[in-house]
Amino acid sequence: MLELLIVSTLNGVLFGMLLFLMASGLTLIFSMMGVLNFAHASFYMLGAFFGFQISRWVGFWPALVVGPVLVGAIGAVVERFGLRNVHRHGHVPELLFTFGLAFVIEEVVQMIWGKSPVDFRVPEVLDFPAFTIFATNYPAYKLFMLLISIGIFVALFAVLTKTRIGLIVQASLTHPNMVAHLGHNVPLVFMLVFGLGSALAAIAGVIAGPALVTQSNMAALLGPILFVVVVVGGLGSLSGAFVASLLIGLLQTFAVSVNVSLADVFAVFGFTPGPDSMLDDLWRVTVAQIAPILPYLLLVLVLILKPSGLMGTRET
Amino acid sequence: MNAPAIELRGVRKSFGATEVIRGVDLAVAAGERHAVIGPNGAGKSTLFNLVSGLLAPSSGSILLKGDDVTGLPPQLINRRGLSRSFQVTNIFHRMSVWENVRCGLLWAGGQRYSFWRSVDNLSEINARTERVLADFNLLERRDVAAGVLTYAEQRALEIAITIAGGADVILLDEPTAGMSRHETDRAVELIRRISEGRTLIIVEHDMSVVFGLADRISVLVYGEIVASGTPQEIRNSARVKEAYLGQEAH
Amino acid sequence: MTDRVVNAVVGSASRGVPMSALARYGVWVVAAAVLAVLPFVFGSGLALTVMSLMGIAVIFSLSYNILLGQTGLLSFGHAVYYGFGGYLAVHAMKAIVANGLPVPLPVIPLVGGLAGLFFAALFGWVSTKRSGTAFAMISLGLAELIGSSALILRGFFGGEEGITADRTKLLRILDWSFGPQVQVYYLIAVWCLLCAILMYAVTRTPLGRMCNAVRDNPERVQFVGYDPRMVRFLAFCLSGLFAGVAGALAAINFEIANSALFGAVQSGTVLLATFMGGAGFFFGPVLGAVLVVYLQLMLSDLTGIWQLYFGLLFIAMVMFAPSGLAGLIMMHRPLWRARALHRMVPAYFVALVPLLVMLAGAALMIEMFHHLMVKAVEGPAMKFMYIPLHANAVGPWLVGLLMAGGGFLLFHRSFRVVAAAWNRTGVADAAGGRP
Ligand SMILES: Nc1ncnc2c1ncn2[C@@H]1O[C@H](COP(=O)(O)OP(=O)(O)OP(=O)(O)O)[C@@H](O)[C@H]1O
Ligand SMILES: [Mg+2]
Repeated sequence: MLELLIVSTLNGVLFGMLLFLMASGLTLIFSMMGVLNFAHASFYMLGAFFGFQISRWVGFWPALVVGPVLVGAIGAVVERFGLRNVHRHGHVPELLFTFGLAFVIEEVVQMIWGKSPVDFRVPEVLDFPAFTIFATNYPAYKLFMLLISIGIFVALFAVLTKTRIGLIVQASLTHPNMVAHLGHNVPLVFMLVFGLGSALAAIAGVIAGPALVTQSNMAALLGPILFVVVVVGGLGSLSGAFVASLLIGLLQTFAVSVNVSLADVFAVFGFTPGPDSMLDDLWRVTVAQIAPILPYLLLVLVLILKPSGLMGTRET
Repeated sequence: MNAPAIELRGVRKSFGATEVIRGVDLAVAAGERHAVIGPNGAGKSTLFNLVSGLLAPSSGSILLKGDDVTGLPPQLINRRGLSRSFQVTNIFHRMSVWENVRCGLLWAGGQRYSFWRSVDNLSEINARTERVLADFNLLERRDVAAGVLTYAEQRALEIAITIAGGADVILLDEPTAGMSRHETDRAVELIRRISEGRTLIIVEHDMSVVFGLADRISVLVYGEIVASGTPQEIRNSARVKEAYLGQEAH
Repeated sequence: MTDRVVNAVVGSASRGVPMSALARYGVWVVAAAVLAVLPFVFGSGLALTVMSLMGIAVIFSLSYNILLGQTGLLSFGHAVYYGFGGYLAVHAMKAIVANGLPVPLPVIPLVGGLAGLFFAALFGWVSTKRSGTAFAMISLGLAELIGSSALILRGFFGGEEGITADRTKLLRILDWSFGPQVQVYYLIAVWCLLCAILMYAVTRTPLGRMCNAVRDNPERVQFVGYDPRMVRFLAFCLSGLFAGVAGALAAINFEIANSALFGAVQSGTVLLATFMGGAGFFFGPVLGAVLVVYLQLMLSDLTGIWQLYFGLLFIAMVMFAPSGLAGLIMMHRPLWRARALHRMVPAYFVALVPLLVMLAGAALMIEMFHHLMVKAVEGPAMKFMYIPLHANAVGPWLVGLLMAGGGFLLFHRSFRVVAAAWNRTGVADAAGGRP
């Protein structure tokens, strides 16, 4: 039990930190530019595939740097030549633009790497168990992922609190018109923030690629969860995104290991559901089976209790 | 005696640490034309936002025709017969002028959320829409999108939407701001006419408008009412001169 | 959208004067006649199938536009209500057949509509608390929730395979079995026309007008007595109702309901169709639905990567023609009125040729790349528009590059020609060139 608790907590925090790597970029972009980048998870996917390809050519470590840089550059180009032109049409077209982009990126990835998972392996130096808790070997690579995401978290925190641009960015989270204080180079800052956000997502992609499955549907699988994170946390709130990332990370990891169903719970009280009905499954499905939909249930719950999100202040 | 149309009791409003409205008591009798004047940033618009329900006061209470409406959402306050205009034009940009005005009187005309009646057949409402447009000289522009009107026309539309529903308490926030002398005179004439038999509270910087229109005037400075009285009293008040008129009259 | 376009729309849609009976009902009479005659013109099995799909897509897109175009709500999960419509329709058909109830097939879409309405009311209560971006993300989350739940609750949703029903086993009227596709087509056509009329009627009611008001300025709506959240909620319910009808018709057409009905693809397609058709106009989604169904079929025949082209087309429209096809058409209305439309033809021709060259060049390179990446085992030999070539040769790549680049430059320059021609037409309202 204790073993399960420790391992699940580690995994949960790890997944949560990965989510936050993406959610932080998404939130920064949203707060400054007012666009929720639907293609954010696609940049994460690009990160994973670039990481895979570059690892093959020159090894994992260069890939960890070059992959995110490339994706960041793509992000900057998308902002400069795409989003910026759509901006004048309003927010809905902006969101739709990124929606179309997500669609196109998935198609391109499928075209280049196919639909089945690619063989993205953990680098050999990290392919050993870091430590053993009771009977479980905890892989060193996961520890490495955790360290990287915490490292970036710290770096991001430092940039936001210590640099001039960081302070303005931070201020613009709560006061959108602060963006004007960036002076004459607002467009440049937008481009950089968009590129940086994409690069952060790509880092998550490169390090998650070997641990999870690198496949052309990974953006579509992760994207919705990512958006749940930012809505549950409160759109535009960085701390909200952090809390929500960890919450959902832990929720999902723990749920997977709980093999209890409503029927089991009622059985404890000596009650068994009636004869088979169409909604029989509601009784028999276990928590582990519904783990994938828990984030969405959380979303609904939060919306009922606090429509603006855990730490949200903005209406739209 | 009848309850005042609007009554504020010890109303306060803070944004974060700054208190913008600092304990306002004010009663406006039914049928009165009341002007609120005061320097920029005094909190006049905030006062309107509180009365009309856009913001909830931090403390104190607001009564509309004797009923407590503190903290009610704007639509509920509007349904009790209070309508307001905005200092910054706040209209339906992509809809036609005609539709803009008609939106202003659908609820008041008893239509609620009906989705079974065609708007074309609402003859009473359409006739009233037409009258309001004629009043505001907007008939010729009826089919134009509100977003492409001139500034003065948009200001006129703003007020047209506000009064269209026939609310008996009307709040106008700087209705003549940015208008030429000629336009202002016409607007004042119009406001005088439409406020006949209704309660009007108006925020205005143009003193000729204020003194020409108001039965009573309140002076708001830094979130406090420093004087309240007839135009004559206000003109003669030393306190007002010092706090407000002084700066402008020089 | 340019003011000019807004002007054109508003001018037509919102005259206070009641229209003459002919103008009011004429369109629908013509539409009914066209729908009735179509099977005699395009009678092949394929054509009937395609037209049936178009009819379903038209209802679905129009229902979507109650949200997007009329109320300003961007939903990424509209397929939820389509899906419930489909499932409940199949369950209803099964129950009717099993119990031998005297219910004919044509009323089944009503069941779907009620299902859509019910679930829209349920989920809409939560999601319409927010608007804008938050609403969009919530709709996405709800869609994922339902889509995943459908795979878990196998009893009701039938797991991966879904559930099936036989549409021919219901009570027959006039001896219509609804076995042949043409009968299904007519069923869909009637429902399509009915729904379109109802949805159009709704736009001309107080609620319909307030939907537009909420889209433009939700804050102000509160100060004319309406609760914007209630307006959004009601619009959402109505939209769910019609989406449910569309889903039921889809279930009848395929005689199956499976979890794909709920899918992200379905939600994405209706968004694409509505936007590309033109969300700012009532008839926009109709164009969009017909076009998308047609393109899906035609392109998927021509190339294996049609979805990529589809995505690129969508992005291009978002960037350059955000008011959609309908917007482009309506832009020309002042010219049409002034009988000056024909004067644009030469200029458009000048622009069209380099555009086509550019697209062909780009497509050539994309196809060669696709061939090299995906069909490497077949060797480099391939065909592009019936022309045999080698995907790994330098020649075709150069040609592609030249066509795309040169086409782009010329196309870009042709804008001036078009703008000049537009100005020369002398229609004052239309000055300002292309979107
Ligand atoms: N939503 C808000 N959040 C924070 N501060 C606000 C808000 N609304 C108003 N304020 C502040 O409250 C003060 C009063 O503003 P208000 O708009 O009520 O002034 P006003 O008297 O209408 O001025 P003006 O004559 O310029 O229209 C100002 O200092 C303004 O910055
Ligand atoms: Mg003000």
